[in-house]
Amino acid sequence: MRISLSIGLAAGAGLAFACGLTSTAAADAFPEKDVQYVIPFGPGGESDISARLQQKYFEEITGEQLVVQYMPGGGGAVGWSQLSDMSADGHTIMGSNLPHIILKPMGKEVGFQTDDLDNFYYFHYSPDAILVRQDSPYETLDDLIQAANEAPGAVTLSGSGTYSANDVANTRFQQLADVTTTYIPFKGTGAAVTALLGGQVQAEWGYTTVAANHQDKVRMLAVAAEERHPLFPDVPTFQELGYDMVGGAYRGMAVPEGTPDEAQQKLAEIFQQINETPGFRQEMQELGFVLMDVSLDEMDAFMAEQQRVYEAIAREAGLID
Amino acid sequence: MDMLTYALGALSPDNLGLALLGVAAGIIIGALPGLSATMAVAVLVPVTFGMAPESALIMLGAIYTGAIYGGSYSAILVNTPGTPSAIATTFDGYPMAKRGDGDLAVTLSTIASMVGGMVGVLALLTLAPMLAQVALSFGSVEYFWLAIFGLTLISALSEGSTLKGFMGAGFGLLLSTVGVAVVGGDIRYTLGSQVLLGGIETVSALIGLYCIPVLIDLVATPESHLKVDEEQRGLRLREGLGHAWLGKFNLLRSATVGTGVAILPGAGGSIASLVSYSEARRASREPETFGKGNPQGILATEAANNATVGGGFIPTLVLGIPGTPPDAVILGALMVQGFRTGPELFTTNASITYTFVAGLFLATCLLLPLGLLIGRYAFKSIITIPKALLVPTIAFMTVIGTYAIRNSVSDVIIMLTLGVVGWLLNRYGFRPSPIVLGLILGPIAEQGFVQGFLMGRASGSYATTFFGGPISITIIALSVLSVVYPLIKERRDRHRAHHGGASPQETSS
Repeated sequence: MRISLSIGLAAGAGLAFACGLTSTAAADAFPEKDVQYVIPFGPGGESDISARLQQKYFEEITGEQLVVQYMPGGGGAVGWSQLSDMSADGHTIMGSNLPHIILKPMGKEVGFQTDDLDNFYYFHYSPDAILVRQDSPYETLDDLIQAANEAPGAVTLSGSGTYSANDVANTRFQQLADVTTTYIPFKGTGAAVTALLGGQVQAEWGYTTVAANHQDKVRMLAVAAEERHPLFPDVPTFQELGYDMVGGAYRGMAVPEGTPDEAQQKLAEIFQQINETPGFRQEMQELGFVLMDVSLDEMDAFMAEQQRVYEAIAREAGLID
Repeated sequence: MDMLTYALGALSPDNLGLALLGVAAGIIIGALPGLSATMAVAVLVPVTFGMAPESALIMLGAIYTGAIYGGSYSAILVNTPGTPSAIATTFDGYPMAKRGDGDLAVTLSTIASMVGGMVGVLALLTLAPMLAQVALSFGSVEYFWLAIFGLTLISALSEGSTLKGFMGAGFGLLLSTVGVAVVGGDIRYTLGSQVLLGGIETVSALIGLYCIPVLIDLVATPESHLKVDEEQRGLRLREGLGHAWLGKFNLLRSATVGTGVAILPGAGGSIASLVSYSEARRASREPETFGKGNPQGILATEAANNATVGGGFIPTLVLGIPGTPPDAVILGALMVQGFRTGPELFTTNASITYTFVAGLFLATCLLLPLGLLIGRYAFKSIITIPKALLVPTIAFMTVIGTYAIRNSVSDVIIMLTLGVVGWLLNRYGFRPSPIVLGLILGPIAEQGFVQGFLMGRASGSYATTFFGGPISITIIALSVLSVVYPLIKERRDRHRAHHGGASPQETSS
């Protein structure tokens, strides 16, 4: 550990020094080589797919490649805990996910703090949703709530991970609807939807994107967005049904601490430009994502607000004292 | 037929060239210890974005097919599996190479990979929707029992002492709990260090446990790496085909096992080849020759791991749930190309689907000529290369490969540590395979159990959850059989020995 730390420090110091020398000259030439895009999850998930969609536009805009890599483990904690050891020259970026980066370090030591991540851009989110199979007896959210009322704990919902967006959504839903369900964590959204399709669980905490991917096999009971999703005009929001739930998984990107501001600014501009590309917008919307733009200037306010919201939810739900 | 049109489309000169290139690149990447099939595919995905969708798919399938096969080269010739799928190929491959039959072993691996690959692709083409439903019927509890069944293979995989095999597996299980738990999010056995927070990554553990002891032994022993025969014996294709014909049932069984394991998301080529290896050994009339250079061992493992290529695409394409790690990467590429999984697979998406399947078929066929050619070259260069060059090259590749998996220096440290631990344990009769099996199956068993436990609590009956399903019961029965069978056999043999000497089939070859 001491070895890796000293190597990391030496490398970091070296790079910081090199950057200090070159940053003024290289500011407009950024990126000057391939950018490593580390996804702190395994391949095939939503973080991966949206990164793959960004990939080709990144190459079109910058002429450099965006190299997607995976550092899975611990629901993202593995990657985020190692971000600060990575080279801080702007050519290494990492996927950053809300509420994961706020909830993971809450109340326990997972190797990183929320503040350790220098988020430079948040580009989309997928609203929380409760999904059931097409042949499920639950036609509406009320059916599910009724079943949960009749036999507390008997309704099982799969989801991705512990202290994740899904876990929090379930906890919050239990409070709002005053029911008890059983939340079963799986390794990733893919495994959680498999459990639903295979009939292992009665429902799943997923996102609009999951419903978009498996349209023929699942239906949503309610969506935790402020408005109905354009792909699913018939599915009500939780608010319409009387439950004040708006939330989901927000995705963005962060750089290691110490990355020069110019590089961050430039990266934010590139990804904003990708977000504005019509082709990218269409591809993302067809997959069920909702695009958003949180630029570098707005990031601190955005994060502070999210921190406040999730801390309140976690406190309410008893996840922290 | 539409299908034929698409298949012919796949055979255009351009695509044929890409397939050749893909298979060759895959073989070379797969052959290098530390560079896995997943990595080969992931690195090349962005390259394919510039291509026509059909060509991109053919290229990706070809790389994947080649890489899974290429892993057998280093397994056979150096005793270091090039990919996790090739672990079990070291068991008989390296002993064969050591006694001078490395060329034959490579030829056998080529034939078996082609046959296995064909079976997998045929299953994908004909039975995909049906088999995908089978994949869905495996839930948490079934995975838990499957992992338990996998652990019973230890008795078959531990040469010498079964007790040491179980101790090794226990060590592997313990290693698998290190890091942040998926269910519950607890942090376990990290000793407060950042290095262990990410847990022990299977592939890096594998590189450490298999490659480092080999490297230490290469340095520690003065004699040359492989025995070299003076005479040139060509490809030994006729001899290889002879073995393959003798082992035709073995090949078919292993390919079926490979396909079957691959349709279960999360299992993968390493488990497929280990299961088919132990089944081949169990079915053999001379199980004691396995692990000492039995050609049937190579046939079993290589048929199984290449069958996982086609098999893994069944849940990937039909359900959108990746069967193996490389499938996940390819699925991502497919989605970027505008492909959607589901019922449109053979209707709206038919052109993409059939071209992809045709491309896999093509790549599998190309394995034979390309494999024999590159294999021959690999064999020649490994026997002529001086040790002073071989050892540092492999050592370099193991470090680079381990680092590249998760871009993590921690993984390299863990790999080297486990390598030295593995070498020490080897000296005391603990083999790496049970440890690796424990490490791979540990998380499957743990998550399956905890999820099953939660489901059991929700349904009100733990017993019906864990023992209620027909699949669970079948796997439990197989596990019991797997444990009890050697005991029964031993008793029967002893009984026979008492009454009229050795049994006739024991002595026949």
